[in-house]
Amino acid sequence: MKDLLTWIGTLPPLLQVPIIVGLFLAAAAGIILLIEVAPRPGRKFTILRFAACVVIPGLAFLLLGSVWWAVGVAVVLGGLFFLLDYRSREGKGYIFALVGFLAPAFVLLLIGLVYPTFATLWNSLLSNRGAFIGFDNFVWVFSQPQNLVVIRNTIFWVLVVPVFSTAIGLAYAVFIDKSRGEKFFKVLVFMPMAISFVGASIIWRFVYDYRPADRDQIGVLNGLVTLFGGDPVNWLQQVPLNSFLLMVVLIWVQTGFAMVVLSAAIKGVPIEQVEAAQLDGTNAWQRFWNVTIPSIRPSLIVVLTTISIAALKVFDIVRTMGTAYPDTGIIANEMVTLLQKFEAGRSSAFAVILFLLVLPIVIFNARQIQKTREIR
Amino acid sequence: MTTSIVANPALPESAIKAATRRTKQRLTSRGATIASLVIAVLWTIPTIGLFLTSIRPEVDTLRTGWWQIFVNPTVTFENYGNVLFGRDSLLGPFINSIAISIPATVFPLVIASLAGYAFAWMKFKGRDALFVLVFALQIVPIQMALVPLLSLFSRGITIGDSVIYEGLRGAGLFSQVWIAHTIFALPLAIFLLHNFISEIPADVIEAARVDGASHGQIFFRIVVPLSLPAIASFAIFQFLWVWNDLLIALIFATGAAAPITRALAELTGEFGQNAELLPAGAFISILIPLVVFLALQRYFVRGLLAGSTKG
Repeated sequence: MKDLLTWIGTLPPLLQVPIIVGLFLAAAAGIILLIEVAPRPGRKFTILRFAACVVIPGLAFLLLGSVWWAVGVAVVLGGLFFLLDYRSREGKGYIFALVGFLAPAFVLLLIGLVYPTFATLWNSLLSNRGAFIGFDNFVWVFSQPQNLVVIRNTIFWVLVVPVFSTAIGLAYAVFIDKSRGEKFFKVLVFMPMAISFVGASIIWRFVYDYRPADRDQIGVLNGLVTLFGGDPVNWLQQVPLNSFLLMVVLIWVQTGFAMVVLSAAIKGVPIEQVEAAQLDGTNAWQRFWNVTIPSIRPSLIVVLTTISIAALKVFDIVRTMGTAYPDTGIIANEMVTLLQKFEAGRSSAFAVILFLLVLPIVIFNARQIQKTREIR
Repeated sequence: MTTSIVANPALPESAIKAATRRTKQRLTSRGATIASLVIAVLWTIPTIGLFLTSIRPEVDTLRTGWWQIFVNPTVTFENYGNVLFGRDSLLGPFINSIAISIPATVFPLVIASLAGYAFAWMKFKGRDALFVLVFALQIVPIQMALVPLLSLFSRGITIGDSVIYEGLRGAGLFSQVWIAHTIFALPLAIFLLHNFISEIPADVIEAARVDGASHGQIFFRIVVPLSLPAIASFAIFQFLWVWNDLLIALIFATGAAAPITRALAELTGEFGQNAELLPAGAFISILIPLVVFLALQRYFVRGLLAGSTKG
């Protein structure tokens, strides 16, 4: 396995794609073929199933480079699984097929998400050298002044970004609703969604660019300031303004998301209700406030919470805009920075704090989604 | 990238269109028109500015703002030539991005559609609980998984002195990134595809079963062809997500495997150094997602409206 990957790694990148995808699809086809053929009744197929149960786990562990006793254990477990399947209530081969469908996903999820989550919880209690130090990492996080700035900034991000993106997105969705060229207008605001945070940050770096007053400005913002006779400002050096200017980038990206989702919700508002309100002599503002808003409330909440989660997790913007600017750190970025400084324990502590901050919002979001579905 | 379940994806597009047509009219009022124009302009100018910067000669870019192009229109594609073929070319990272994104889109799609089928159409004990568990994994921020996964890749697993898994130890250029992206995509992919697959009418599946089709056949002959729209929208989603990702690239795509996002982020780090490559480089990195997005927007929006949180 390792040798194969090493060999593929030496090829030109574009050649690696067809090879690895081909190998993967061949493996997937093999699994589907087994699922298809092996569960059939008959002696021949029973033997095939038994062989598959024994050979596949053994082979898998061999490919991972295990020692022999581990391969042996895998083979024995495979045999036991064959017996379990043979005596299964749903008929021979049912569990075999089921495992064939589910095993790839479950193995990957267990290795890549379940185990790491618990490992990170544990790591957050260890020092960088791996000694158990209890909650010292968390004490460190909350006792350093620069970390408190990081936490304060994160809280601002979670509060400011969702509110502005949603408000602007909603206003825009309402304004362009049913207008001519609605699709085109939507694309204009939606387009930043396709741009990476790195790309977006570079775009905005040029907007905020600063040159000393005796030279021509090349950033739009300072260009406007000087056009109106002001002195150019070194925007990203201004605390606390710089944090908010970084938030603008995320607002710029997320407004499109809010707009599309809310626009779909607005189109779902029953026309009869709007017309009835119109007959009652209400004005546009009253109709918006009393008819539209209540009926898109679930969508509004989901948009707000989703963007809050995004604001908690985004780190690319702060990193790409330049870490040299004072007091702009946020948790998600601090976590990666510490990791790259090999401070795994403190980094894990930040990851856990991030998880704890995300958790309530996600649960609220999930419940809201469930409610929306029940109403439907 | 984050998304969520919101509007009614079941509402056919034709119905929305009909309703729109019925009441098509001018923008609601003059104030609203102006406001929406202002927003549209504000949202477009930064990107246009970057594009114009990227096609101006370097000397001009350093001295005057991009809006001067309207006064003094000199256009050059030299910057693009430099970015692609010059010293410190970004062509390599650009190709790396392609080499990372395509497999990292195909892998989770196949694995998740298999699992999605089992969750939707096979009965087993604890199915619902297990599905909720998979859904719940979306809660875990990727940040939580990074450190242990990295050490798993580099050190493997050992019990005592016995090696269970030897680790990748840098084997293969992109293997770590592919695997990491595949794993982190799975919860959302399974959730999305399951929702779609489970809405295939039970009659269709039952009829096939009565005719003697096994699970493998049902999956291949019925479920996959019928779920193509969902597969397409997830594929676009995942492609954009992987292409635009920086976090996983920073941790798992080191050295020669660095994709363009990482290469650009590194350019912004070293102050002044090669900064002239930034506008054209950024624009090249934006180009592919933008084309994919504009060409397949319909599927993207559908995925957005039916999706959930990721990351």
